[in-house]
Amino acid sequence: MTVDIVQFAIILVIMTGLVVVLGKWMARLFTSPAHSFLERGTYRVLGVDPSEKMSWKRYGMVLVLSNATMMLLGYVLLRVQQYLPGDALERASQTPDLAFNTAASFITNTNWQAYSGESSLSNFSQMAVITFLMSVSATTGVAAAGGFIRGLSRRSTGDIGNYWVDFTRVLYRLLLPLCFVMALVYVWQGMPQTLSADAVVATLEGAKQQIIMGPVASFETIKHIGTNGGGFFGMNAAHPFENPTPLTNTLHMLSMLLIPSALTYTFGSMIMRRRQGWAFFGAFVVMFVGFLALIYNAEHSGNPMLTPLGVDQTQSALQGGGNMEGKELRFGVAQSSMFAAVTTAATTGSVDSMHDSYTPMGGFVPLAQMMLNNVFGGDGVGLINLVTYAILTVFLVGMMIGRTPEFLGKKVEAREMKYVMIAVLAHPLSILGFTAIACLVPATMESLANLGPHGFSEVLYAYTSGTANNGSAFAGLNANTPFFNTTIGLAMLVGRYFTLLPMLAVAGVMAAKNSIPASAGTLSTATPLFTGLLVFIVLIVGGLTFLPALALGPIVEHLLLLTGQTF
Amino acid sequence: MTEIQTQVSPAVTSAFSGVTRPVLVSAVLFMIVTGLVYPLATTGVAQLLFSDQAQGSLITRNGQAVGSRVIGQLFTQPQYFHGRPSATSGTDPNDPANSIDQPYNAANSGASNQGALSKKLLDAVAERTKAYREENGLAADAKVPVDAVTASASGLDPHISLANARLQVPRVAKARNVPEKDVLSVLEQNTAQRQLGVLGEPRVNVLELNLALDEAFKARPVTQ
Repeated sequence: MTVDIVQFAIILVIMTGLVVVLGKWMARLFTSPAHSFLERGTYRVLGVDPSEKMSWKRYGMVLVLSNATMMLLGYVLLRVQQYLPGDALERASQTPDLAFNTAASFITNTNWQAYSGESSLSNFSQMAVITFLMSVSATTGVAAAGGFIRGLSRRSTGDIGNYWVDFTRVLYRLLLPLCFVMALVYVWQGMPQTLSADAVVATLEGAKQQIIMGPVASFETIKHIGTNGGGFFGMNAAHPFENPTPLTNTLHMLSMLLIPSALTYTFGSMIMRRRQGWAFFGAFVVMFVGFLALIYNAEHSGNPMLTPLGVDQTQSALQGGGNMEGKELRFGVAQSSMFAAVTTAATTGSVDSMHDSYTPMGGFVPLAQMMLNNVFGGDGVGLINLVTYAILTVFLVGMMIGRTPEFLGKKVEAREMKYVMIAVLAHPLSILGFTAIACLVPATMESLANLGPHGFSEVLYAYTSGTANNGSAFAGLNANTPFFNTTIGLAMLVGRYFTLLPMLAVAGVMAAKNSIPASAGTLSTATPLFTGLLVFIVLIVGGLTFLPALALGPIVEHLLLLTGQTF
Repeated sequence: MTEIQTQVSPAVTSAFSGVTRPVLVSAVLFMIVTGLVYPLATTGVAQLLFSDQAQGSLITRNGQAVGSRVIGQLFTQPQYFHGRPSATSGTDPNDPANSIDQPYNAANSGASNQGALSKKLLDAVAERTKAYREENGLAADAKVPVDAVTASASGLDPHISLANARLQVPRVAKARNVPEKDVLSVLEQNTAQRQLGVLGEPRVNVLELNLALDEAFKARPVTQ
């Protein structure tokens, strides 16, 4: 147990150190006036003027249109896969509803997968569709955070920067170099990086084993650094080729946390209020550590139903113990439960263990973190979501003390509160609305792998994961049906753009305002008190919204576990 | 033209104007950069620096590929250590439309995805526990290590715990007609500690251990 906690501490300490390094790098990337040679070439090919100043409307419009075109390109490539040469295993094209779901999933940074990589995608599609869409969706998220922060940091102006410049720089100066170096470390640790489709071996007992492989390492890097999360293989980062050693597992976790945590520093740096960045970072860490403690404790204690069968789940020098169904031995419960906490905090959705087989309270944590959606959150959007709640917090506190709320030296007024409320409400509306519809559709019962409250949790998890752009699953659910493909696809689009666009609008409106000097009545938003208030508001709003649904799923399941009821 | 229209139209054109070319070109350009140049360049360098791992860490014996160091394979014979239960499936060779259990199918990774209260899970664990005790000559109420009776996440887990491996030593030694301490010493040589002293769990790679056993005792006849 001590070793487990030491592992957690090591990861959190390294993450905090990287916050400063990467936070500074990103602040420079968003503010430096000079364009590199490659970037100037890219602007020429695209036919854009890098000095153009964009309003939030134009910035958002270009973002949505370019994302839509990329999604369409990905969709087309998936539909024609079987006609493209080079796949030794001749894998078929995806069906229209599945290809829509896949393209929507990867462009929105969700990476929900209703297919299994081994049987459904050629190595060309794994690179030219999946690796491509993972790269550009992460770039879009970080670029949007850049435009958003710039909007909040400016006053009396209409422009929040240039989307093409933000996008190109994030890709060239941040993601591609990081991914390339990390991919080589991954290959060294045992990940394949080849264009061959498979190898067939004769096992020691004389059986034939076909081992699927491909360009896995270059896929894994952007998948985690970009908080994407889709698997090259069906079983994602639990597959030994996607995650061969405890070291790669640790690097995966650090990669997922890297950009969401460092953006708090970038934020503080760009708005000239460093302490504000740390106040946000503090809010992330407080919530994260709480959830980590909960999930680790649940999984470490094991499944009480197995003990009477004579199964030894206690930790000792000879075994890690705990609830090992759906977990890999090299990671054990410590690295598995931390991975589950990280992947649903940073909305990556990559899994190194099967969340469906977690204990009820262990499965509660991933669900709850995705419902809150801002315990770190995805690349760019996590910070944006937290600022949404920060504005809500100053608004509520302002109401209580009877003063006009202020945030970062600007008055918060009716118009931006409306945008904030759209962003706050779109998320639960999509999750609960789609879950309710799915529960009314009779065919849903046929997709469930588990009965009782756990079956309901599988459906709730699917829409929560889709809307939060996470992509992990209670994977027993058979979601490759026209109904689930379409509705989860829509939930992903709603979850991405109905929170991103209103908040870009907030940034645009705030940029146009003049700043007012702080007075004795101003609530400082960079204090531990504010961090506490913020966490409180996030938990209260999230709790009030989602508690009834959670009560029907993991909470009642936990109570049934204590009584020994099975399904 | 009404007053409202004249106010709205300039804003709309400014948001849309001149975006067609960059939007179309960016999709293709960035597909080439991130979807082809980046993975292909990585493949080239990786093949140069770490060609063994890049090609799947395959192990060859007498010129024949027998498996991958990082991928588990199915062991059922008594002279070999056995891996964890695997929930992978595959197509039925007799009826391609049908899917059947096929443990350690590295072309179709898979888990049980059964929840903690699932009857199927509890029945499977009870059955595996009983089989494990019989196979290894343990008492009917002996505690069985959890990794020996639960399915892994990938269905391809290459490792077992030290506790699980030790309980299998007597069976393996008997089948190979060698003293237990000799098997134990091969096991100890093939035990991996936590990576960098702290990460993950101590573990045994089943395929590598079994290869080492075949090598160490190749002169001894095996009792099936």
